[in-house]
Amino acid sequence: MRLSPDEVIFWQHGFVKLNATIVFTWVVMLVLAVGSKLITRNLSIGLKRARWQNVLEIIVIAIEKQIEEVGLGHPDKYLGFLGTLVLFLAMAALCTIIPGYQPPTGSLSTTAALALCVFVAVPLFGIEERGLGNYLKSYAQPTFIMLPFNIISELTRTLALAVRLFGNMMSGAMIIAILLSITPFVFPIIMTALGLLTGMVQAYIFFILATVYIAAATRVLTAE
Amino acid sequence: MDSMTIIAVASIVAAGITTGFGTMAPALGEGKAVATALTSLAQQPDASATITRTLFVGLAMIESTAIYCFVISMILIFANPFWNHVIAQAAGK
Repeated sequence: MRLSPDEVIFWQHGFVKLNATIVFTWVVMLVLAVGSKLITRNLSIGLKRARWQNVLEIIVIAIEKQIEEVGLGHPDKYLGFLGTLVLFLAMAALCTIIPGYQPPTGSLSTTAALALCVFVAVPLFGIEERGLGNYLKSYAQPTFIMLPFNIISELTRTLALAVRLFGNMMSGAMIIAILLSITPFVFPIIMTALGLLTGMVQAYIFFILATVYIAAATRVLTAE
Repeated sequence: MDSMTIIAVASIVAAGITTGFGTMAPALGEGKAVATALTSLAQQPDASATITRTLFVGLAMIESTAIYCFVISMILIFANPFWNHVIAQAAGK
């Protein structure tokens, strides 16, 4: 039984390994990048527009609306980072309907890397919005005693982000594998459908949590 | 019992107990969350979109505690570091 797609190795030369996680991550990235490039090649601003442009506009506007609802004032500024996160995670989860594909998010390396991106991006956006001094001061809110707890919470929420996504995606693949050996016909299909739903919900949660963290870091305290 | 058997028995039993007890509390929590959401849906059907979305996010957050336990028991069964250590030692002899 394989715990993660890290253990499927396609090609190995000495220290350099090419495992399923890397391959499928790059496939998803290529599909997203080339697809967006092809769709945005000739955009129209008139009423007559291509089918795919409409799809892309719906997705982008929906993401922007979600970011705005959480409380970030200028969604355009954060759309690059947060939109990439949610699109990659949703695509990685959605592709599980293709046989032979294993979600790269089922590997702890991928989810840890994504969580680290959030971990780095939150202070960056915070400092950019509020200045270094004001941002560092927010760690000592509401009193100075809370300083170690605030730092611990910063670390543990990164860990929780990584393990939550990994656990959900891994357990989906694992349950299907176990069910395939017990009841090969109907149940795995139902669980695959459930896994698709879980994957989308997890992508949304990862995105919304990252947005909430950034919103908390960039919020200018009005009480002072 | 030699140490190998003890480790095997302890891992298997602990894996079962982890998932068993670890899913109990989240199950209660999820039941409570869904029941409350259904009550508020019956009272305010207009707000169904918001309630459903919040419910899903909340459920996934609650469920991740159960998932943590599941990850621990999967590690205990399939990628147990202590078991691997014992196997490596036995192979070295």
